[in-house]
Amino acid sequence: MAANLSTALEVATATDPGMVRSHNEDSIACDAEIGLAVLADGMGGYNAGEVASGIAVAMLTTEMKQGLAEHDPHKVVDGTGEPMGAALIRENSAKANAAIYQTAKSQPQYAGMGTTLVVALFFDNRMSVGHIGDSRLYRMRKEELTQVTRDHSLLQEQIDSGMLTKEQARYSQNKNLVTRAVGIDPDVETEIHTYDVEQGDIYLLCSDGLSDMVTDEDIQATLDAMRANLPLAAKQLVQLANDCGGRDNISVILVRILDDFAAPTGWFAKFKAWFR
Amino acid sequence: MAKLIMSLDNAVIREVPLDKERVTIGRKPHNDIQIDNLAVSGEHALIVTILNDSFLEDLGSTNGTLVNGNPVKKHILQTNDVVEIGKYKLKYVNETNAGQATVADFEKTMVLRAPIPKAGGGAPAGSFGDTQINPTATTTQSRPQQTTVTPAAKPVEKLAAIQILTGSSAGKELELTKNLTTLGKPGVQVAVITRRPHGYFITHVEGASYPVINGKTLDAQAHQLNDHDVIELAGVKMEFFFKNS
Repeated sequence: MAANLSTALEVATATDPGMVRSHNEDSIACDAEIGLAVLADGMGGYNAGEVASGIAVAMLTTEMKQGLAEHDPHKVVDGTGEPMGAALIRENSAKANAAIYQTAKSQPQYAGMGTTLVVALFFDNRMSVGHIGDSRLYRMRKEELTQVTRDHSLLQEQIDSGMLTKEQARYSQNKNLVTRAVGIDPDVETEIHTYDVEQGDIYLLCSDGLSDMVTDEDIQATLDAMRANLPLAAKQLVQLANDCGGRDNISVILVRILDDFAAPTGWFAKFKAWFR
Repeated sequence: MAKLIMSLDNAVIREVPLDKERVTIGRKPHNDIQIDNLAVSGEHALIVTILNDSFLEDLGSTNGTLVNGNPVKKHILQTNDVVEIGKYKLKYVNETNAGQATVADFEKTMVLRAPIPKAGGGAPAGSFGDTQINPTATTTQSRPQQTTVTPAAKPVEKLAAIQILTGSSAGKELELTKNLTTLGKPGVQVAVITRRPHGYFITHVEGASYPVINGKTLDAQAHQLNDHDVIELAGVKMEFFFKNS
């Protein structure tokens, strides 16, 4: 049994088709109770993008919920040494990948659809982040914004290999090419890391509709100015992206750490759990 | 077929069709496009054309290759891209692609496929054939002919400021140059003024009481500010006005 985190986390979301696109291919979901936030940015013709991101988000939320009912996310998995929470993200994003891949294969109108994915699971004063593609997770700690995930994109690979500097990358025309996506291949590798969180941290999950249009400095300024009002900050970020052109769907999930949520340890907790 | 239109100081010199898979550009005579100029390296750049798509690669030249003013090492050419080598400009024109894509296609996220590295050998070769997204698909959509520079939010042309009317800092003036300006005291009452393309807006952020504009209390919605509006916030009155410059 995982603990109920709804008093430790405050969540705000916003999603918008943007100024150019007619429909929204992004999907988002959060469940503060189990400490889960999921964001997916679908791609593929007609409405296939929505279908792909929808499957990914629905799959992750239901499967993670079930997984967390059976396992403690902070327990260490034998053999790998990673926490159960990270293992659940890995297992369930693989399930989502298989589901999308199978749907795309069996229904011709969805052929070739795929989606990016970013998942954050909070447990025991920690957070496991899994991501595939160019949807991002940022951390706002005190006044400083840091990008936590590294895109799986051609651009990021060019930066890593030293072909482009970060400054040049801003002007690149090949921003939209991802090197990894959910549902394109029979298998996908989810990049998962686990970090410690602190009280007062704000985590931002967003699709490239935000991060391509709005500079990190502006995101930081917005979160800093509106940190007291999370729903407004989410709305403001979407508005900012639209003011800059809003060329893609924009989705934002904000999670603030209100309180300590260490997993109960020691004999008393075990004793109490025994009676439940 | 795609072609390059080569010009120097805005005078067109010649047109080069990209009719073979590899077209080399450089100073030395064996290049397909020879540019006899000392600013150009012996082997300067290469354009690989596969079906309808052309890829530009800088071959480690001394003075570099620019596309639309930005230095590139590798670049997928889009129609109307201008490649600069030394003082020479090569405009890439691909009629088969031009004008087909709508603005809606702009910057759609696409997958650039790479085989998944696996412990037990690479992905089966056959899997490449049955998928819909492949490297060539990534460039068949052309984009609007503009550089895709991430624009900073274009603020309103006219600069505004607020002047404090009451309290200890009465008379002080604050220019609203930033996209976001916070007013008030954290924990008590905070509002922000956002600078947007079509004007300045004030929004309530936190606190039990809402800002008052010209004697009227705001609700949770953003409110557009007009010249000489009087804002009342946390017991301080201030005036919003546009600067004449």
